Order: sequence, then structure tokens, then C-alpha cells
Amino acid sequence: MFPAQITYHRAGSVAEAVQLLSSNEGAKLLAGGHSLLPLMKLRLAAPAVLVDIGRIEALKGVSASGGGITIGALTTHAEIASSDLVKQHAPVLAEAAALVGDPAVRNRGTIGGSVSHADPASDQPTVLTALGATFNVTGQGGDRSIAAGDFATGLLENALEENEVLTSISVPSVPSGAGSAYVKFPHPASRYAVVGAAAVVAVSGGTCSSASVVVGGVETTPARASSVEAALAGSDLGDAALDAAAAAVGGDLNGDPMGDVFASAEYRRAMAAVYVRRALGAAASRAG
Amino acid sequence: MTTRIFGSGIRRREDPRLITGRASYTDDIKLPGTLHAAILRSPYAHANIKAVDASGAAGQPGVVAVYTGEDTDGVLNGLPCAWLIPGSDLKTPAHPAIAKDKVRYVGDAVAVVVAESRYQAEDALEHIAVDYEPLDVVVSPKAAAQDGAPQLHEDVPNNIAFTWALAGGDTDAAFADAAVTVSDTITLPRLIANPMEPRSALAQWSAASGELTLWNTTQNPHIARFVTCVVTGVPEHKIRVIAPEVGGGFGSKIPFYADEAITAFCSMKLGVPVKWTETRSENYLITTQGRDHIEEVEMAATSDGVITGLRTTVYAGMGGYLSTAAPGVPTILHGLMYSGPYNIPNISGTVYGVFNNGAPVDAYRGAGRPEATMLLERMVDLVAAAVGQDPAEVRRKNLIPKFENGHDVATGITYDSGDYESALDSCLSAAGYEALRAEQAQARAEGRCVGVGVSSYVEICGLGPSQVAGAVGFQGGLWESAIIRFYPTGKANVMVGSSPHGQGEETTFAQIVAGELGVDVDDVEVIHGDTDTTPMGWGTYGSRTTAVSGAAITVAARKIKEKSRALAAHLLEAAPEDIEYEDGRFYVRGSPDQHKTIQDIALMANVAWNMPEGMEPGLEASAFYDPPNFTYPFGAHVAVVEVDPETGHIDLQRYVAVDDCGVQINPMIVEGQVHGGVVQGVGPALWEGAVYDDDGQLVTGSMLDYALPRADLLPDIEVSSNSTPSPHHPLGVKGIGEAGTIASTPTVYNAVMDALRPLGVTRVDMPLTPEKVWRAINDARNGG
Amino acid sequence: MTVPVEITINGKACAGDVEERQLLVHFIRENAGLTGTKVGCDTSQCGTCTVQLDGVSAKACTVLTVQASGSSVTTIEGISDGVDLHPLQEAFWNNHGLQCGFCTPGMIMAANELLRNNPSPTREEIRHGLEGNICRCTGYQNIVSAVEDAAKAMGGR
Ligand SMILES: Cc1cc2nc3c(=O)[nH]c(=O)nc-3n(C[C@H](O)[C@H](O)[C@H](O)COP(=O)(O)OP(=O)(O)OC[C@H]3O[C@@H](n4cnc5c(N)ncnc54)[C@H](O)[C@@H]3O)c2cc1C
Ligand code: FES
Ligand code: FES
Repeated sequence: MFPAQITYHRAGSVAEAVQLLSSNEGAKLLAGGHSLLPLMKLRLAAPAVLVDIGRIEALKGVSASGGGITIGALTTHAEIASSDLVKQHAPVLAEAAALVGDPAVRNRGTIGGSVSHADPASDQPTVLTALGATFNVTGQGGDRSIAAGDFATGLLENALEENEVLTSISVPSVPSGAGSAYVKFPHPASRYAVVGAAAVVAVSGGTCSSASVVVGGVETTPARASSVEAALAGSDLGDAALDAAAAAVGGDLNGDPMGDVFASAEYRRAMAAVYVRRALGAAASRAG
Repeated sequence: MTTRIFGSGIRRREDPRLITGRASYTDDIKLPGTLHAAILRSPYAHANIKAVDASGAAGQPGVVAVYTGEDTDGVLNGLPCAWLIPGSDLKTPAHPAIAKDKVRYVGDAVAVVVAESRYQAEDALEHIAVDYEPLDVVVSPKAAAQDGAPQLHEDVPNNIAFTWALAGGDTDAAFADAAVTVSDTITLPRLIANPMEPRSALAQWSAASGELTLWNTTQNPHIARFVTCVVTGVPEHKIRVIAPEVGGGFGSKIPFYADEAITAFCSMKLGVPVKWTETRSENYLITTQGRDHIEEVEMAATSDGVITGLRTTVYAGMGGYLSTAAPGVPTILHGLMYSGPYNIPNISGTVYGVFNNGAPVDAYRGAGRPEATMLLERMVDLVAAAVGQDPAEVRRKNLIPKFENGHDVATGITYDSGDYESALDSCLSAAGYEALRAEQAQARAEGRCVGVGVSSYVEICGLGPSQVAGAVGFQGGLWESAIIRFYPTGKANVMVGSSPHGQGEETTFAQIVAGELGVDVDDVEVIHGDTDTTPMGWGTYGSRTTAVSGAAITVAARKIKEKSRALAAHLLEAAPEDIEYEDGRFYVRGSPDQHKTIQDIALMANVAWNMPEGMEPGLEASAFYDPPNFTYPFGAHVAVVEVDPETGHIDLQRYVAVDDCGVQINPMIVEGQVHGGVVQGVGPALWEGAVYDDDGQLVTGSMLDYALPRADLLPDIEVSSNSTPSPHHPLGVKGIGEAGTIASTPTVYNAVMDALRPLGVTRVDMPLTPEKVWRAINDARNGG
Repeated sequence: MTVPVEITINGKACAGDVEERQLLVHFIRENAGLTGTKVGCDTSQCGTCTVQLDGVSAKACTVLTVQASGSSVTTIEGISDGVDLHPLQEAFWNNHGLQCGFCTPGMIMAANELLRNNPSPTREEIRHGLEGNICRCTGYQNIVSAVEDAAKAMGGR
């Protein structure tokens, strides 16, 4: 409850944030603070320097951009949950945002912080991977983009360089006629996802034309369920097809497993199939 | 009508300060010049301390002092255990406030830093070097009692702190003759009490007067003063303990802790006020936990489901040391309740209190009775399954028939009054039990796992006759006292030694006085929680405050009434026998116009212009009430659950409670106690359980892992009540603080087992987390 | 190292020199002396520290004071005018929505946010809206009733 000493800087712009990161060894960005401060309160993290980007207006808000939306890194979960643009273009993102933590957490926690923290128990990384989002970053070396699926590189590790700032996330629109869903097994104490499954299912002419399915919480990074996607393609999305597809998820879970006293790795794997099935059911029912 | 206030659900007078954020809890109190303490805690569950080097901390910014076990050794006495069960071969190894040679659980205090701010004190802790020699660890209380287990205390073989046995009837014969026997091993995990207010102590020593003032999150300030005296050596009359607003306790604020002693020690050393407030993570490590039972239980019955015997062997974890009241919980408060609401002629039990490498265990809401009710209600359900009868019917045929004034059970105690069958009937009808069973059959036909759980309970409250307390080794009395003082304007203060902390007695006690003396409830102010301004009392726990403290107030009020009657007679120039009392007025029989109100009397007694010969001035009475027996509230509860067999998730869909706590002073408050109590018992059935790993590390070390009941996980509790007055209590009240917690764990557990029975699942350990339920279902499917 | 901060609390400017690591809840309690806001945990789970920060609810234990410098905060002490109770306070009182009272300030602040977003919530919605606040005493039921009641009093249906 009593963080260690820090030096605090409030950055006025992304450029200033990049500069502060570069000139202070071990500096950490502070966005909503709802992942970093809890660690600092327990002294599980003790960064010497914090660079607060929380007031950089340019990093806030949702806008439409060719074929999709762009979400500023500082956009809060609450804003995403209630954004009409999000609901229109990527409703599953709003659905998942509303399931993050509790109302006060959603008011402060940001999507950029959520993905940067790369906690396998969080919700939006799973959903953004299923949506095929792109993360736009700025650093000393300039701007670059990273595919959502490549962003988390391990437990609490991401693909950013020390001095890079995630500025926005580009999310392609869910195609018309496609259905999407996120189904979450919340931990009863922490509210984080024990298992979360995101599915986007597109239909044409009564059969599945494409599917994107990702599972969170089971491995150290969001796991793409390629076997499930393959099984769905061309299927009629009937109960039997969904059952069979969901059952295939086991073959996709080959990474580093997560497990704890509440839910073992074995149980999480089994729940992955159940939650993928439920996500598919919900997505399929919304498709068409 | 003022007197109608007694028995009505008026809103609480403690609330305005609480809802506006103006109340002062211990950590809210600020004294000029206060320094802040942080305590270094052992990261090992069991280790020898080879060396402590605190020199690095001393020079840190803001640091005023650093103390280790070397400093407190010989200055602070050990923490006493205050419940010494006779005939149990009880061992009470030393419990130093700061460990010097050995630590016995993660969190054991090793050093303390006092600094200008808490942040600085925390910083300095990182500069204390401790050289530990780790020792083998034992966590399970049963494993700890085996030969060869790691020994926590040198002079306690097999870690057995005490062995307590109970025998009534001829249990061996009952089992030999039984047509049906059932058995199970029931594990009641450690529970973390989690009052929302963490514990805190603020100590102020005055060297000039030799007085120590301690603001403390305690449920029993007078006991805290007593023990502070024992530990610090400051004479008892020079110690003032103040329990300001206290944010819940649930038993965990009964014991006297090392932290309070250390805080007092620091203030005495430094001559300035010192404050220590635990973090929630500290609370999880060091504040006493509840339960930790492994219960091996058997029940014998006839082929028709009539219970003939009960036999138990219980291993009760005590943690690293014996906490203040710990030995009494799994013995007197547990074993003596083995008959429950049933006629069980033959009962025997053995309880081993066992040291293990975890936080000390002590009373937690229900204290001993939930552990007893759980095993009984589980056994009754197993008997019902074995004889193929409905669990409600099996309960009914074994219930003790209605009695109004005393019933002896095989454990040797005498229940006060009971009507268990009415409670069961009321509950079954409130729940619509027959319809529920029909719906369940329908659901099962559809392949859904719906379960209905029933439990009946009786509990022991209103602790208790002091003579009994002495006979069972409690190192104190269990009476309560009260002073009622009327002022010239007719307003009154009531001073009590008990110390409510959320139960609403500032309101209900005023209601008692209003009811007895016909004064406006708002004219009575209740004062509690300060040893300097209240008479001696033993505290608020064991659902005893209304039962015992309330009785003391009633007796004091009746003394006021008698004095008032005599003074009224004098003033009205009548004989006392001719004075009638009604609703706050004393009048001459037959002429109600000739009267004196209680306010008139208060004025005349206080000015004392015209007192009868020999009557003392003033209108004040005090009473010491030592109850003639315990009280025994009871009831029956029903729960409905649906299990998702794919995931193991349990949805608690309905919860119906019928409780009988005798006469109710304020039904709104009674209902609130039931809501909170039920939810606190649902917790351990479904979510709550402290887990230590094999190294004695607390895996569920924060609110991130230890799942407390949340609003969105619960249905509304359907509450109703019956009223069977206690025959020996002046108001007929019994107590309601713990009832819900006692009944709800087995009710929900039984409901889940009922849901799972068609799947072939017969048992799952608590808490019934999704993975455990899912595994049990899979194991049963695979023929396991 | 201390830095100057200024935060408007309950309409009053509160300035101070604070350590950069200080948590907002400690500024409110220690520097501003408003102890109605409580600390019930150290993992951001319990909600007893809930305040309104720039118009929305926030856990004051999970914000640095320096982060909030320039912002405005409303605490339990500031939601009523000091004479009349806020309808939520009144409803908590009338419905026995509190026992020990320790969770109550945070609960009321969270409920306030809930009613701001949803003036006529169902009991189910209230239970969800309070998912970030733990009460160990009441079993939540009377809290839900209190919020329902307050919603009516505040003009919701
Ligand atoms: C009680 C509680 C419950 C929660 N429940 C959930 C839940 O159910 N599901 C869930 O998904 N999450 C949950 N969270 C986490 C919450 O969503 C966090 O807000 C989020 O994960 C982090 O966002 P933030 O803005 O607070 O990040 P911060 O804590 O400020 O930062 C997190 C990390 O990301 C880095 N970072 C932040 N922004 C950027 C950026 N723009 N570029 C590069 N690096 C950056 C920081 O340096 C830091 O290392 C919960 C949190 C709490 C306190
Ligand atoms: S103190 Fe618990 S959430 Fe802030
Ligand atoms: S009233 Fe005590 S925690 Fe809610």
C-alpha cells in the first residue's frame, strides 16, 4: 500500500514521452495506472521513473478510419464500452470492455495499458487478436505497426522497444453479416479472465466463409485457435459443426500453459473448449 | 407511542455519522506528533533466526527507532492464551510479541521500524537483514499431529496442544447395533475473516502520569486492557483502551495481538504517540483465521433413518501459536453442539488442537458451531440417502420435540427452549419445498443439475454463565454490566461494557430503555467502547451482546423503575404499592390524573429537594448480569442451486431462511444480521478458503485470490422468522449474529451435493470451486 | 522528493507538497484531513476508497496524488450540502444498508456513479454496478434496496 520512491514526469506529448523514456533508464509509462500501480503498491514493481501520458489528449478517443476504427491508446474501457463507433464496427470490443474489472476500473484503465501490460488474464488482447487489429507505436526510431497477434511476446512481455509508446490501435470493421462474441470466465476474486474466448464468424450463403477464434487465459499469450477456424470454414455453423470445431481447440494450445490454485492448466484447457463453443454459438447466432 | 418502539424496525441512530463519512475509526484518529510503525514479518513459515541486523535501517530517512526481539525480550511479556481447557493436557508454549529465536508462520513479527511516515517506515524495512535457517514445514493439522512431523514447539510432542474428549451414552454399542452407518471426512478450510476495516492500534504513553492510552480495533476493550496490562506490565487502572468506530470484526478482533503490544512498546520507549495499521496483505498473513478442521465423522441410524449415534475425530489447526481464545473454539463451542436440534442418544468425539505453520486460528463468526453444524447436516443427508428418504423427512423424524423450559442432550448441556419442527415447517413452506422437488424432477428429466439443500440448526449463544466459563477454563467472566444515568432534563445515558461494531446496539439498547421506562428513544444515548467511561464488560462476540448486555440494561432499567415508583409515591403522597406504572407515567391507582412522568422523577431525583427518608439522590442504576444459562437460537434453511456440469460453476438461485432468535427488539436489524450471516456462510461453501502451499506460503494472500462474496454473485435472501422466547432471559431474546453463518454453509453444500447425486458424485471438498466440481463430475463419469 | 500539487476537493482547493509516490487516498485522508474515504485493501479490489475524480468514480488507492494534480475530487463528505442528506445517504439509512459502515462511503460513491449512468436500474443491474465494492457485513441485499429506493427518490422509475 506504500509504493517505493519514484520520480514523476507528466508528458505533454508523445514526443516528450518518447524523449523522457529515452533519457531515463528504467522509466515506465503510466497510463491509467490500473495495472502498474497495484504492482507498485505491493512493491512488486518499483520503477525509478514514471512518465505519465495520462493527459495527452491526442491519445484519447475513437475515430472512424478507412474500413474500420482507430482507438487512441488512452481510451478507457468505459469509453470503449459505450462508444457508438465501436459498437457499430467492432461490437465485440465493446462487449468485452464492459466485462473488464468493475466500473471504477473501467473509468481509469486504458486499452493501451491493457495490451501493453500483456497480462494473459486480461480481456482486450484476446479480442483484438481475434479482430486482427494493428498496434501503432512511436519511438525514437520513428513509427511502426505491430500486428495484435505479435504484440504480446510472453507473460507480461510485449514487442515494444524501451522507448516506444503505443499510440493507437487500428481495428478493421467486422464484415457485415459476420457475428462476433466474447465469452468470459471471470475469476471470482480478481475479476480477471480465467479463460476468455473471442470469435468472429462470417457467413455467406448459409455456410461459414471465415472465422477468427482466439483464447485468452490458457497460455501466457492469447492463443489463436487455427484448428477451430479451419474446422469452421465451409461448415453450416449448426450445433454439430460448432461442437466439432470447438473440440479441436486442444490442438491449438501448445504454448506455455497458465495454471494456479483456482484453475489448473488442465482445467483451463478443458474450459477453453467449453468457452470457445459458447463464443461460437453466440457469434453464429449474431451472424447473417 | 414511545413504548411501542421496542420491537419495531426503527432506523439506526449510528448511521448519520457513518453515511456522511464523519465517523472516526482508529486509523482516522490523528494525534499531534504521531510516528508510524511498520513491522518486518518473516517470509518463512518455519525457521530459526540466526541473526538480525537492523543497523542498516536506523539511518534511513525519517526513521526514529528500530526494535527487534532483543529489545522486547524481558520487557514485553508473552501473549497469553486465555482459554485453558481443563483435562486436555493443554500446552501453552511461549508466544513472544517479536520473535527472537524462531518464527512459526509467514508473518511472524521479527522487527519494527518507527518513522515519521508509514512510507518511510516501509522503506526502512528493506534495510533490515535477517539470517534465517529454514526448517521443515507442516500445514495440514492432521499431518502435523503424526509422528515424525516437523515440531513447531520443543515441548509439544506431535504438535498436539490439547486433546479434548466428549462422551455421552454408549456410542460403541450404538454403532455395533446400527442398521445403517455413514461416514465422511469433512475438511473445513481456513477462512480469512476480512472485516472491511483492517486492524489498527494507536498508542499514547504519558511518562508523566504513567498512563497508556490505546485506541484499538477491538471487539472487547476491557479484555484488551486486561491483556495489555499482562503484556506491558502497565497497571490495569493506568491503561485506557478505546475502541472507536470499529469496522466489523467477526471474531478476528477479539484476540489481543503482538502488533498492539509492539505499538504500545514503541510509544513507551519514545514517549510519543505511535500508530500501526495493517495492510490487507498483512491482515491475511497475521490476523487470526477461522476453522481449519479435518473432521472424520460417522453416524449410526436405524433402517428407517432414526439417528442412534455420532462419532467424530477432529484435527483442529491452531496455527503457530495459541491465540487468545483458540482452545475453546473447537471444543466447548463445537463438541458440545454435536447433538444439534436432534435427539442423538449416543455421542462421542475427540478433538486434537494441533500447532501448524500458519496464522493463528481463533474464533470466526459462528466459532465452532458452523464446524459442528456442517458435520451434522452432512451426516443427516448421508443417512437420508442411505435409507432412501427425503432429507427434510429424516430431519423431521429426528428433531427434538418442542420444549419451553430446558432440554438435556447427550453432550451434557441443557438447551433453553426450542421448536425445531415449526422452524423446519415454516422454512419448507416458505420455500415451497414440494414444488421445488417437482421442479427438480422436471429439470433432471431435461438433463439439468438442479439441487435443493436443507438444514436445521441450533446454536449456543449468549455466552454465558461465568461459573460455566470458569469450569471450562475461560480465564475471565462472561457477565455484562450496564449503568443507566438520568439527567435533570429527563434524558439518559446508558453505559455498557460490551462493544458493538456494526450490530446496531446503540439503537437496540436505547429501544430496550425506551420500552422499559417509556422514554423517547431519542432521549437515550448509548455509550460504549471506552474503558474509562464504561463499566467493566467482556465484549461483543458469540452473539452475546443483546442477550447478556441487553439483559443487564433491562435489569438496570427495572431498578430505575422501582426507585421511580418509590419517589413518585412519596411525591404523590401515596403508598408505593398504590402506584401504577404505564408508559412512562407513575400514577395513583384509580386516579391517572395524579401522576408523575419519568421526566418529573428524573428532575426531582436529581435536584433532591424532596426525597423520602433514606433515599439517595440521583436517578441512576447499575446492574451486573450473569446469565443463568446460554441461549439457543435455531432455525431451518433451504437453498436451491443449479450446477453447470460442463464447467462446474454453481449458480445459487434461491436461499430461504427461517430463524428463531426469540423476542426481536428491532426486526430490521435482525434481518440485516441474517442477510450478512447467510452470505458469510455461503462464502466458504462456494468460494472462500485460505490455501497454504507445502512451504507454508499463503497462496491466497490477497483479495485478488481469496474470493469474497460479491453483490453480483448472490440472490436476494428470503428471510422470515419465528419467535420462541428464551425462558431465562428477562426479555426473552436469544441472539442472531451468527445464525446465518452457521446454517448456510451446510445448506448450500447439501444443495450442490443434491444436484450432483444423479451424476454419481458423492463428495467434493469445500469450497466448491468450479474446477473441483468439474473434476468430481468427470471422475464419476469415468467410474472413479 | 516532494512536489507541489493542487487538487480541488469537494469544491475547495487543496494544495500541498507531497512525495511523488503518494497515493491519492493518502492525500485525501492525511493532507486534506477527509477520513471518510477508507483504505480496505492493497490490491485495488475492495472499493472502500471510491471517490469521484473529474466526474467519474475512481479508486483513490489506484491513483497517484501527482497524477490527480489539477483535477477535482468529490468524496463522501462532499456529496451532500452538509445540511440535507443526499438521497443515497437517506436511502442507505432508511433501508439499513450498512452495519459497520466501513464500506459505506465507497458504496455510496459507487452507487452514485451507477445512478448517473442508469437512473432506473433493476436489482440485477445494481448488483452488477456494485461489483467493485466489497461489503462484509450486509450481504448486499439492503444496499441493493437502498440504491433502488434512492433511484426512485432521484426521479428514476
Ligand atoms: C481491480 C482491477 C480489476 C481488473 N480487472 C480486469 C479484467 O477483468 N480484465 C482486464 O483485462 N483487465 C483488468 N484490470 C486491468 C485494467 O484493465 C487495467 O486498466 C489495464 O490492464 C491497464 O491499463 P492502464 O491504462 O491502467 O495501464 P497502466 O497500469 O498505466 O500501465 C500498464 C503497463 O503498460 C504500460 N503502458 C501503458 N500505456 C502504454 C502505452 N500507451 N504504450 C506503451 N506502454 C504502455 C505501462 O508502462 C505499464 O507497464 C483490472 C484492474 C484492476 C485494478
Ligand atoms: S482501498 Fe481497496 S480498492 Fe482502494
Ligand atoms: S457495512 Fe461493514 S463492510 Fe459494509
